[in-house]
Amino acid sequence: MKSIRHSLAILAASTLISAPALADELTIALASEPTAMDPHFHNLGPNNAMSRHIFDRLILQNEKQQLMPGLATEWGPIDDLTWEFKLRQGVKYHDGSDFNADDIVCSFERAPNVPNSPSSFATYTKGKTVEKVDDHTIHIKTASPYPLMANDVSTIPIVSSEAGCDGTTEAFNNGSATIGTGPFKFVSYSPGDSIIVERNDDYWGDKPIWSKVTFKPIKSGPARVAALLAGDVDMIEGVPTTDITTLAKNADLALSQGVSNRVIYLHLDHDRADSPFVKANGGGAIDNPLRKLEVRQAISRAINRDAIVDRVMEGVAIKAGQLLPEGFFGVSDNLSPVGYDPDGAKELLAKAGVGDGFELTIHGPNDRYINDSKIAEAIGQMLTRIGIKTQVETMPRSVYFKRASRGGPGETPEFSFILVGWGAGSGEASSPLKSLIATHTPDKGWGASNRGRYSNPEVDALVTKALATVDDEDREALLAQATEIAINDAAIIPLHYQVNTWAAKKGLKYIARTDEATLAIGVVKE
Amino acid sequence: MTVFIIRRLLQAIVVVFLMSLIVFFGVNVIGDPVDMLINPEADQAEIERTIRALGLDKPIHEQYLFFLKGVASGDFGKSFIFGEPALKLILHHMPATIELALVSLVMAIVLGIPLGLYAGLFPDQRISRAIMAGSILGFSLPTFWVGLMMIMLFAVYLGWLPSTGRGDMAEFLGIRSSLWTRDGLSHLFMPALNLALTNISLVIRLTRAGVREAMHQDYIKFARAKGLTTRRVVGVHLMKNILIPIVTVLGLEFGNLLAFSVVTETIFAWPGMGKLLIDSLLQLDRPVVVAYLMIIVLFFVIINLVVDILYSVLDPRVRLRDQGT
Repeated sequence: MKSIRHSLAILAASTLISAPALADELTIALASEPTAMDPHFHNLGPNNAMSRHIFDRLILQNEKQQLMPGLATEWGPIDDLTWEFKLRQGVKYHDGSDFNADDIVCSFERAPNVPNSPSSFATYTKGKTVEKVDDHTIHIKTASPYPLMANDVSTIPIVSSEAGCDGTTEAFNNGSATIGTGPFKFVSYSPGDSIIVERNDDYWGDKPIWSKVTFKPIKSGPARVAALLAGDVDMIEGVPTTDITTLAKNADLALSQGVSNRVIYLHLDHDRADSPFVKANGGGAIDNPLRKLEVRQAISRAINRDAIVDRVMEGVAIKAGQLLPEGFFGVSDNLSPVGYDPDGAKELLAKAGVGDGFELTIHGPNDRYINDSKIAEAIGQMLTRIGIKTQVETMPRSVYFKRASRGGPGETPEFSFILVGWGAGSGEASSPLKSLIATHTPDKGWGASNRGRYSNPEVDALVTKALATVDDEDREALLAQATEIAINDAAIIPLHYQVNTWAAKKGLKYIARTDEATLAIGVVKE
Repeated sequence: MTVFIIRRLLQAIVVVFLMSLIVFFGVNVIGDPVDMLINPEADQAEIERTIRALGLDKPIHEQYLFFLKGVASGDFGKSFIFGEPALKLILHHMPATIELALVSLVMAIVLGIPLGLYAGLFPDQRISRAIMAGSILGFSLPTFWVGLMMIMLFAVYLGWLPSTGRGDMAEFLGIRSSLWTRDGLSHLFMPALNLALTNISLVIRLTRAGVREAMHQDYIKFARAKGLTTRRVVGVHLMKNILIPIVTVLGLEFGNLLAFSVVTETIFAWPGMGKLLIDSLLQLDRPVVVAYLMIIVLFFVIINLVVDILYSVLDPRVRLRDQGT
């Protein structure tokens, strides 16, 4: 009897010792799956996040999208048209070969030219010529001064000139070309099932604490949560907002949250005198009231952003007053979210000559942003309360975005009043200014997502000036000024910034990223 | 018999062609995938480039002719999303689905027939009533709900089975499958059972109805009167006669299991064709959707053919020829 008790004690002790030590292997459930392992194939969030594990960039973006040294140790303009990048010495690829300037040259050539690419990196490589100066120095030239060089360069994954530059997408998918300098090495890729990487023990930077990481795509939200609860995965991204409260109470789990670079906003038709989804009371034609500043301000004041954040988003969002949340480059200090003021809104409507209101339809996606259709419904009710009788129509994004961008006659935007979101990939204010606010000019590539066709020469001039100003401080001031003018003119009506939630086993924490990416190097033990 | 098979296959080609026409134009009407594929930061020139690269700038009938030309040489086009041949993608996801469908079909037979037989032979017993009540639940509860409940129970609370995904695979007799490993089977059990529930119920009810009807037939009475053992009466005389409707239904259901296990595959993150189909539909990956449905139509035709041939084996009175010819 004594011996049994003795051995039981030993057993208990040994489990006590072994239990708290977390394994060095990590399994992460992803909400959306990368479409290839080729880092240049598809320039889209999930692919770019995955390629960060295996491939470095010249410049990396930290969790707040601030730039930090990657494969380049120093960079800066040496004259108006040339930027110099000093490359890191002694970096080796996963196959043991050396990293040098040739890799940069060929990566920049390959990135915009992958066959069958559904969305290429041409947006970032356009107008840039890469020249090798010596093995560890390169120059990138542009035709006109280009201050966003470092931001653009931070998006291009660097592949090996020996193993990767001539590789096909297929060769990357089967692993023969998937050789980078990143913190993890490629192990296997099984579409729909798993992606496995292992630690690169020769990594030049901070070595990952995880020896092996498995990514499992689980698209269904409840199934992702169940997989975490069942202990099949260690961490999940994209926790459904309805589950956050329950999971927060679970002592075995830890939530990590962080604001994203994504603003959810309303775009209004600034252009057409007879807008298709704006009608007079009773359905007759009306001179588009959305073109009047007072009406746009009234709409903004009619929206109870606190209620949207508290009720619709269950507290997991931050109300927005401009294009990017606090702390980002080019954000204005003078703007704050518009307060809820239905009486003031009614007065403004009366002042604009539409005191009796009008009829409006808000269009939005129902599977793109967190709770998107519920937000649209809330907006509809709030506007109806001040007399703008608003119908709500939501649809799947596969239908919505085409119609919102080019659904009307002559490839014009089809809708009058829409709910959309914008994530600033470059992490600074020129991204939304250029795409959403600047005048729609296809030749220049401006206003590509300006679905309200807002056009303000003053803003355009400021953005043009900012994009030619290399000095950071001056540029930041110009961007902030352009933002102020656009927001005060209600070019768009910002609602809130999305907050993303990750959930992990107790003892793990995720350093939330503003670009919404899930990276294994961001998972730390507590 | 040969003529019968050839005629069937010819009909299949016509059906597949019509189907491709409907799906091709149908998917096109919904929208185009460019806005979902492209990085939102891309400018107008890049959007144009993508539209051209996917061939979406051409008129739809030209796109269709181009597609038909490809099909004639065995090329179903490349997936808009993955850039890989659609057929290759589908074939890559097929083994996982076949595995799931086969196991769930076996479950339906192994569980459904004995339970149905019991309920039919002893209709007044309490167990039989329980079986029948259970089969109603199996029919009427939605698959996604049952799936989630199963995950909650077996994976989250009891921790017996893994919640999602496909397990380890091994090779046996030249076939690489997760059927050969313990881990693989443990991953397979829940999704297969979830997928099988409706069919188990269906088989129970069909078998019970068949048994109840056949028990009063003269040939059963005669077999009894001849002094045959119950085992032989039930196992041979009865079973052979009630199997025809069951085989028909299971054949068609097998097609359904293969083609539309979408819900189960999504909930259990099973990397099969159903998940590929739903993902492709949501992203309007037209080449994959069209190729998938064409393959599925072929499947159904082949399954029906096999079912017809099985009839003639089960019941020699059935001749293989088209009605009316």
